Amino acid sequence: MSEKMLNRALLSLLIIAPWLAHWIDEPYYVSLATRIAILALAGVGLNIALGLGGMVSFGHAAFFGIGGYVTGILASHALNYEPLFSGIFAMSGSTQMLFIWPIAMLVGAIAAIFIGLLSLRTSGVYFIMITLAFAQMIYYFSISWPNYGGEDGLPIYLRNSFPGVNTLQPIQFFMICCTILLITLWGVSRLQDSRFGNALKALRQNETRVAAVGISPLGIKLAAFVISAMITALAGSLFADLNRFVSPTMFSWHTSGQIMIFVILGGIGRLYGPVAGAIMFILCEALLGSWTEYWQFFLGLLLLWVVLFARGGLIGLLCGDKAHD
Amino acid sequence: MTQALLTVSNLSAHYGVSQALFDVNLTVHAGQAVALMGRNGMGKTTTVNAICGLMATTSGAIVFNGQSCVELPSYKVARLGLGLVPEGRRCFANLTVRENLLMAARPGEWDLAKICGLLPRLHERLDQYANTLSGGEQQMLAIGRALLTNPKLLILDEATEGLAPVIKQEIWRIVATLKQAGQAILLIDKSLAELLPITDTCVLLERGATVWQGLPNSLDANLRHRYLGI
Repeated sequence: MSEKMLNRALLSLLIIAPWLAHWIDEPYYVSLATRIAILALAGVGLNIALGLGGMVSFGHAAFFGIGGYVTGILASHALNYEPLFSGIFAMSGSTQMLFIWPIAMLVGAIAAIFIGLLSLRTSGVYFIMITLAFAQMIYYFSISWPNYGGEDGLPIYLRNSFPGVNTLQPIQFFMICCTILLITLWGVSRLQDSRFGNALKALRQNETRVAAVGISPLGIKLAAFVISAMITALAGSLFADLNRFVSPTMFSWHTSGQIMIFVILGGIGRLYGPVAGAIMFILCEALLGSWTEYWQFFLGLLLLWVVLFARGGLIGLLCGDKAHD
Repeated sequence: MTQALLTVSNLSAHYGVSQALFDVNLTVHAGQAVALMGRNGMGKTTTVNAICGLMATTSGAIVFNGQSCVELPSYKVARLGLGLVPEGRRCFANLTVRENLLMAARPGEWDLAKICGLLPRLHERLDQYANTLSGGEQQMLAIGRALLTNPKLLILDEATEGLAPVIKQEIWRIVATLKQAGQAILLIDKSLAELLPITDTCVLLERGATVWQGLPNSLDANLRHRYLGI
């Protein structure tokens, strides 16, 4: 099977399955598919940094959580009729997704610029540790932030709204998430094939050589890190709306690890890798989780097998094609 | 004589505590081909790396197109108009030929169509990954990639090393074409028979220092024996 065909099959599965579930009145499976779409989106974000640029960020939960908290904070202020800021920066909350998403992405981008400027000067294990440290700093900060629920998290009483769509209908919210995923996949495919994408792929191989042809390694890496963070923040925003709840767990290293698992399972650097990874992860959680509470043990075995024997991830395995490293 | 494009004066550089360059001097003018010569380990590649900002210098000056590039990072030096074809080709294996070429392209005289005209073998292999090319094709790719940055000065570091004779001839044909088109070139190569006819000036390095500069026809048997070991 060619990679293109497999990608189409994955997308068809992701789109058709929830509609079938909707028709047979099984909203649980629609929510499951929504979760897959959102987590795949987070994975697509991380895949830009990890898969294309070779930046092993273990702190992408920071951006996922930022997206979630921006959504939760804006919604809670809007529902309580409390202004977010006063004075010259006066701003009220909002329950409009079209307003919340750009704010979530903007805050994610600002955080990524700050974290990126400090961490991208390092590489290897130092980069991993710095990104992890930032995410954990934000995690502990959120725990000790009583205004927004502290350790208990922050509920979103009513799912935020989107013009012309009843977001409380699971299938309609799924379609929003799925459309965003599709648009992002299209955008990332364009980015991969652009000069920027090629420079990023070349950087993964040798920074010195890239610099020798007149490309600033730090500039390219920072831009990729920021784009990656913005997509992950958008996923965090959707995740908050899906659960109608945000908590410090979104910032924890478990979340970073989970997003990384989607990418590795599906195939690092492959456009649809995170989609395949998220489907596999959520199916394992749903199917194995109903059988045993130790389902993560089996997920670990699967991950080990992929890392040891299927270097191109599930997509590479099914296509019989290894990644061009 | 036109204004100097590249002037290297009293350049010294270290690898850790070991001094590799002591007193390197060379000048390249626009449209000139300059050969940087010397036996193995005499500092030719180190000099090129220092010029391109790939290693720090200790003292001396490097002025390219009227601008000092001693303190500049390598990507800024390249943007001034220095195109390097490094020793060992060093193409990006995970990119196709087309991607290798276009990732570094900057506006100017050279574009993809013109590169394909100069290097027809690349034209046939535009969608192949670089690691599937032969050594000679990879060398052509490295030359094409450097040319697409539209450099004022092209630096070829051992461009024919390890290649089959027929491919070497092809590389020398390309270099001669570039020279005729007025491209300034700094060459490092051991094939004197092919190198000298297209060279305007020769610079001899011995233990990290310039020991002689002159016209190719002044490079007599004594100098060749003493500094090149032939």
